Amino acid sequence: MRDMSIKKVMVIGSGPIIIGQAAEFDYAGTQACRSLKEEGCEVVLVNSNPATIMTDKDIADKVYIEPLTVPTVSKIIEKEKPDSILPTLGGQTGLNLAMELEELGVLKANNVRLIGINASAIKKAEDRQEFKDTMEKIGEPCIESLVVHTVEDAVDFSAKIGYPVIVRPAYTLGGTGGGIADDEEQLREIAANGIRLSRVNEVLIEKCIAGWKEIEYEVMRDSKGNCITVCNMENFDPVGVHTGDSIVVAPSQTLMDKDYQMLRSSALNIISELGIQGGCNVQFALEPNSFRYAVIEVNPRVSRSSALASKATGYPIARVAAKIALGLGLDEIKNAVTGKTFASFEPALDYCVVKFPKWPFDKFVTAKRTLGTQMKATGEVMAIARSFEGALHKAVHSLEEGRQSLIEPKLLKLSNEELTERLHNIDNERLYTIVASIYNGIELETIHDITKVDMWFLNRLKAIVDMEKLLQSGNCDKETLLKAKKMGFMDAVIAKDLGTTATAIKNMRNMWNINPAFSVVDTCAAEFAAQTPYYYSDYGVENEVNPEKTKKKVLVLGSGPIRIGQGIEFDYCSVHSVWALKKAGCETVIVNNNPETVSTDFDVADKLYFEPLTQEYVANIVELEKPDGAIVQFGGQTAIKLTQALHDLGVTILGTDADHVDAAEDRERFDEILENCAIPRPKGHTVFTEEEALIAAHSLGYPVLVRPSYVLGGQGMQIAVSDDDIREFMGIITRTVQEHPVLVDKYLMGQEVEVDAICDGTDILIPGIMEHIDRAGIHSGDSISVYPAITLSQKVQDTIVDYTRRLASALEVVGMMNIQFIVMNETVYIIEVNPRSSRTVPYISKVTGIPAIALATRAMLGEKVRDMGYGTGLYKKSGYYAIKMPVFSFEKIMGADTSLGPEMKSTGEALGIAPDYNEALLKAFEGAGVSLPKDGKIIVTVCDKDKAEVCQMFKKIIADGAKFDIYATPGTQKALVEAGVDAKCVNRLTGESPNIMDMLHEGGVSLIINTPTHGRIESRDGFKLRRLAVEAGTSCITSLDSAKSLMESTNIVKSDKISLTDIATIF
Amino acid sequence: MRAYLVLEDGSVYEGTARGAFKETACEIVFNTSMTGYLEILTDPSYAGQGVVMTYPMIGNYGISREDFESIRLQPCAFIVHELCDTPSNFRCTASLEEVLIEYNIPCLADVDTRSIVKKLRESGTMRGVITEDISDMERVMTLIKSFKQEKLVESVTIDGKRVVGKDNNGPKIALMDFGSKRNITNSLVERGCIVTEYPCFTTAEEIIKTSPDGLMLSNGPGDPADCVNIIKEIKKLYDYGMPTFAICLGHQLMALSQGGTTERMKYGHRGANHPVKFLEKDQTFISTQNHGYMVTGKGLPSNAEVNCINVNDKTVEGVVYHGKPIFTVQFHPEANAGPRDTSFLFDEFIKMIKEGEIK
Repeated sequence: MRDMSIKKVMVIGSGPIIIGQAAEFDYAGTQACRSLKEEGCEVVLVNSNPATIMTDKDIADKVYIEPLTVPTVSKIIEKEKPDSILPTLGGQTGLNLAMELEELGVLKANNVRLIGINASAIKKAEDRQEFKDTMEKIGEPCIESLVVHTVEDAVDFSAKIGYPVIVRPAYTLGGTGGGIADDEEQLREIAANGIRLSRVNEVLIEKCIAGWKEIEYEVMRDSKGNCITVCNMENFDPVGVHTGDSIVVAPSQTLMDKDYQMLRSSALNIISELGIQGGCNVQFALEPNSFRYAVIEVNPRVSRSSALASKATGYPIARVAAKIALGLGLDEIKNAVTGKTFASFEPALDYCVVKFPKWPFDKFVTAKRTLGTQMKATGEVMAIARSFEGALHKAVHSLEEGRQSLIEPKLLKLSNEELTERLHNIDNERLYTIVASIYNGIELETIHDITKVDMWFLNRLKAIVDMEKLLQSGNCDKETLLKAKKMGFMDAVIAKDLGTTATAIKNMRNMWNINPAFSVVDTCAAEFAAQTPYYYSDYGVENEVNPEKTKKKVLVLGSGPIRIGQGIEFDYCSVHSVWALKKAGCETVIVNNNPETVSTDFDVADKLYFEPLTQEYVANIVELEKPDGAIVQFGGQTAIKLTQALHDLGVTILGTDADHVDAAEDRERFDEILENCAIPRPKGHTVFTEEEALIAAHSLGYPVLVRPSYVLGGQGMQIAVSDDDIREFMGIITRTVQEHPVLVDKYLMGQEVEVDAICDGTDILIPGIMEHIDRAGIHSGDSISVYPAITLSQKVQDTIVDYTRRLASALEVVGMMNIQFIVMNETVYIIEVNPRSSRTVPYISKVTGIPAIALATRAMLGEKVRDMGYGTGLYKKSGYYAIKMPVFSFEKIMGADTSLGPEMKSTGEALGIAPDYNEALLKAFEGAGVSLPKDGKIIVTVCDKDKAEVCQMFKKIIADGAKFDIYATPGTQKALVEAGVDAKCVNRLTGESPNIMDMLHEGGVSLIINTPTHGRIESRDGFKLRRLAVEAGTSCITSLDSAKSLMESTNIVKSDKISLTDIATIF
Repeated sequence: MRAYLVLEDGSVYEGTARGAFKETACEIVFNTSMTGYLEILTDPSYAGQGVVMTYPMIGNYGISREDFESIRLQPCAFIVHELCDTPSNFRCTASLEEVLIEYNIPCLADVDTRSIVKKLRESGTMRGVITEDISDMERVMTLIKSFKQEKLVESVTIDGKRVVGKDNNGPKIALMDFGSKRNITNSLVERGCIVTEYPCFTTAEEIIKTSPDGLMLSNGPGDPADCVNIIKEIKKLYDYGMPTFAICLGHQLMALSQGGTTERMKYGHRGANHPVKFLEKDQTFISTQNHGYMVTGKGLPSNAEVNCINVNDKTVEGVVYHGKPIFTVQFHPEANAGPRDTSFLFDEFIKMIKEGEIK
């Protein structure tokens, strides 16, 4: 029964996207907010992440994009007076925050209760010792383990149970700081790190059970005690690899019913004992040769796995969890998929689902690629097919890594000894190493002995290899072709194997009537008629899609997996475009493959195709649906890349046409346009080889900017100051084959400015001008971005608007465009134009009140900007400062350099919004987890060229009354003292004790300011210092501009005077 | 070899002949369980039927004989999307196909099973034939039309009486075997009972004379209304009034013996995900189900109360006979395959015997 005393619910979001906590919580939060509103609740949302859909004013009644800190959230509670808080939707961040609020008595003082879970259940699940005790009480086996708070205790216990041992820190997310130690030396290092990262300085030392099967169950329970499992999942990678970094299949494949039911019953026992009212994830390790199992972990909340389970089954876990929190029973909640059955059933799948992680190693070339208990993936893809082989292929195709076949030619060239050696590496290439090993004839048993990957999976991979070999031998009759397609082979791969073209294969398929068909994901294996238009493709099956159209049909391409440079912002854009199209009376069809997103919720678009975003799969959909138009502007580079393919299929591209998209990317065509528009840009050249790059650099003069064209997120972009740099960077860029030229541009060190504009071909509307605090050279996605612009003269602002208008007109932009400028000595230069939506769109939409995506979509449908009611040109300033702060996940990626440059490294962002600039800035820092006490200890170590500037900076801050405790390395200290700044000396990292290392070990350092010397060489002192800072959990800022902003705002803003801004009501 | 499933409405599904393939007419039903094909294949309630599995990869974990729910494979035919030849599980002793061949069960593989389910969902359960020869459709249709299920219970019941759990010292249970799944007996024996299994043609008198502490009526195949003689014996046992627990067909037969009615369902309940609501407790449990007929609630005596219903379609899932220590359920608390969430009913049965409690 619905508890009618719950009227106003606060939902806590998960904050900025970081590794281990990504878009899945936007999906869960959005779904839950809508579900709460359906039940008549008033919803107060708190989340510091502006790129989310949940922070839209349509989703919640009150929206606070404020730091997720106890003081700020307490203030919101006092102001809004909610009666309840639903803490299970904001990941570990939300749960931890709720626990702190409870422990500090904030909830009691304000008469607020937690719903969905109570504090004691959180403790039972999250606190290692309580968890162990609870499991012992109900007879559920755990792994031999001990909670310790010191490294010595860890060493003693490990000596008792024997190495290897796993170190798991308490109260962290994504297993941060954990790891496997093979001996005492490793243990000391990992345990020290884990203890520090834990919120309660606590780690669990446990017996290593690497090699056991890893199985997960998603469980739901209501207040009456009714329990169901939504689905189970089996990891391809045995225990030892974080489930977020594992290839996962749903449902389990190698469990007999006895095994399956044993673990299912255990999962139900656990959720019942914990008393959770909502969703819960239970992870098990199952000894492969017995019924022995152990409970690894319980997440008493929605999680990445529950998002995956929701998409894998069609069962909307977050929606149901929210209703349960309001007191409704599972038997009272309708199954939205069938509209007939209820939430109290267990989904039956009649297909196989494969999840594949997306790792950021392309961005972090220095990072260790090994996988372990620390999650490293930024995102994931999901694929559905009737067979494992088909789903696995689709998943790999969805990763957009240019991989069509699982067989990697470079691995085939290795000897069997080398391959066997590599099989011991657990890294991002393990699947391909296994496939290559099978191809080269290494026995499956040998592979199994080394990797412990279940023989079932290895046999499926062997089936794929056998098929590819059969095709390579030139054999392809009708039956073989059908089988290959069912196994997920792309036409292009079959063509390559047979020595023909993809078109020829397609013709063959047409001749033999081997065509893809689409099935419905319906939660019930077709037992009941489904109402949901949620589809996946396969071969040799009946088509269930009705492609009839009654109104204008528009295809919207999503943005695929979350990765650095292409994050949740693009899902925001896709979803808003779909909503705008629906409002305009169109039928919408979306294609995407990311299970963590709102766009892949089956009730967003009129039809959802869960498919890879590549030419062949999109063509299948187009041929069936015959859309009247397609929108590619909102799905990031993923969608843009498909423009030509869609065009070739005869689909009308809505908005800016393919030719003009190309004109903006093609260096020569773009230069011509700029010349015609009389807009200056930094001089530059296009090159293909290292030699050409060197010639270009010499003619321009160093420093120069080197980058590949047609990429998002500045992939491979570097500032070169010498020939050596050019050689290094070109080496890295050309490591992967480049279809497009590399750009070498003169690097101008000016003020970077960015605008997004809505264009209709004639008029433009700019919601606001955003200025970057960090100077040019740091990727715009990693810069602190300020709205409205604070340092630009009126003349410069007018010029920016004028240039935007000229470019919109010259490129015939219809829809969104994003332009990046550099302003130097009052001259405005263009750096880049992207005729598509950018990552700043959600942010600028929220802080100006302009629904940019909706307007752009309307423009694409033919409406005029001037008729939309927001005027044209630059929109009026909002009266608030809104600052977007990048957030990084460096502590998750061992070995990644943290210094910022032209290549994007941030995984997410936080917003600070306030009427006062410095307050907004401080909130933005807080939201990003950077805080500096007013008397904080700061270590400064900068390169020679920055010393003068650093001195200036500190002189000013101290003159303004700052009380920071400043330490500096000898060179920097000398300069500071000479400039009259009181700074103590500390030796460099590798210098004599006491050095920086000692200071960091001692603790109490609030901030390190370090500007890098050049290059990516790992061995440099600065690189080590930055890594050490990450591992010590100390903020390390490598941009002087950011450091200055942090110190100034900390100094100026009175911490007790923080204001709150509800963005749902200010516009 | 190419082979086909032809349904009585004339629809044809193409696949590959596997297992011990032979032309076979049967009633075509589908099961939505994702695990447990082995338990399903050995469940005597599937006698006379061709079972379509909706999960697309069947045979992944092979065969473990200790999981057999009866002495042999029971359906007439097995229809799957993909039959896996490379199973993996620590208890696996053979591939599924090896066992299908051993027990002479034909299999049609590589079929779009989902489309069959959709057909059955819309048209209701149909008869069909699996065959390699559809050159003469008239012949095939005649074959289908002439197929009749007869004496199914008699064909699957045990030959003679058998005692299990001799060394136990708990209640003595008489189990009437209409095609009983092993785990019904096992669930009782695990709880300390001594179970005597009787063939379906055993008379009430024979059972009463051994003065058992409780009576268990098992599951079984076919139309309950066909079991005229058994129903008569059950009526006598009801009147005698010993503590009784009945499952599936047993539940239906008990209802019929008391004047209740059963009817054929459109396409039945077969799977491991069916929600059953216990009305008094206001609690819902996930259960395994396998039935094509159901008790309607019509004609039941006034002391009979429907105490469990299916949450999805509100059909009768359980009846309690007030004034008698008797309760019956449509679903399968013995699980296998499927969730064990309602196994507490065996405890309640034993408690009822021990405490002589009458609901």
